[in-house]
Amino acid sequence: MDGAREVVAGAVGARPDEVIFTASGVHASQAAVAGLALGRRRVGARIVTTAIDHSAVLAAAAAGGAHEAVQVDHEGHVDLDRWTAAIGTAGTAAACIQVANHEVGTLQPFAEAAETCQRAEVPLVLDATAALGRIDLSDMIGWSALTGWAGAFGGPASVGILVIKKNARWRAPYLTDDYQAGRWPGVPDVPAIYAAAVALNRWLQSGRTVGERQQELVDQLRAGIVQRVADIDVAGDPVRRVPHLLTFSALYVDGETLTLELDKAGFAVASGSACSASSEHPSHVLAAMGALTHGNVRIGLTWTTTAAEIDQFLTALPPIVAAIRATVGAS
Amino acid sequence: MKCPRPIIEVARRIGEVSVGSLLELLADDPAAGPDLAAWCRMRGQTLVASEAHRFIVRRES
Repeated sequence: MDGAREVVAGAVGARPDEVIFTASGVHASQAAVAGLALGRRRVGARIVTTAIDHSAVLAAAAAGGAHEAVQVDHEGHVDLDRWTAAIGTAGTAAACIQVANHEVGTLQPFAEAAETCQRAEVPLVLDATAALGRIDLSDMIGWSALTGWAGAFGGPASVGILVIKKNARWRAPYLTDDYQAGRWPGVPDVPAIYAAAVALNRWLQSGRTVGERQQELVDQLRAGIVQRVADIDVAGDPVRRVPHLLTFSALYVDGETLTLELDKAGFAVASGSACSASSEHPSHVLAAMGALTHGNVRIGLTWTTTAAEIDQFLTALPPIVAAIRATVGAS
Repeated sequence: MKCPRPIIEVARRIGEVSVGSLLELLADDPAAGPDLAAWCRMRGQTLVASEAHRFIVRRES
């Protein structure tokens, strides 16, 4: 456990005794947002997030009673003027911003957003889930709590990461016991936590070249898809992004059919389209950005993805999209 | 009608109105609002009104 805490602490510029392991990334988000809000309940109940934070963060903020979700631009960047105004509004207990968005990869202006929070003395949750291990966060300052999830960097899905700064006024929003200094209850799953630390350490030690390769491969994917298929809406910042994610939508195509056909062709992808979700609602991230939500595909490159596999995808995609468009009489 | 059907119907019918005229879409699909806005951006048309289940597009070209 000590070694695992040291790996996480080194990655985010914290002290090992500030690191807690929860049962999932969702638990870490809920504990961070609700715990900082609880510590500041005398100030008010307002919680400020962006419109494209993870649904666990939005739900935790809404549960606090007064949630303001600050609008983002077409590429997903938060509007800093509106962010500053929202943070400065009386009664703001806490705020949350992502380092990078989990669906479209766009990096938020998180350093500027953190500075605003520091000036206004509003504690900030930095959601590092999509960025941990991929973006250097060791010099990052200005946050009170930081969250992550081992599943996002190749570790076990059962390990969430919560880092709470010693000087933060955080109160556990649930019953606790003696484990993890009274900040997360129950016996820690040591083997899973150890595996999470090994995975993160691998990214920290030798992930740089992998990240550089992924950055180039996503550039090739982005250019190749738009070149080969008409009416594609690619979402997110093309440059200021995490290296491994690409999200695009194909006009007139339904996302569920598209992901199933890609699966048959050997490509496992995710989708933010309503028809592929259990809720019947499209991705709130895509909708808030003004991106096309139907025909959506999200690609996450792995540690081993090769240029040959990118070429195979670029060869497989055009006939699949053309066939689906032909069945609905759209072209 | 579920996504992307409402948008396909709009694309099919927009040619039936003259440039500058309005086309009304009634759709209860939660994706219709964001997707119609995205379609207008991609096709250079204007979304004039977007209510719960009722949308109006002005043909620009």
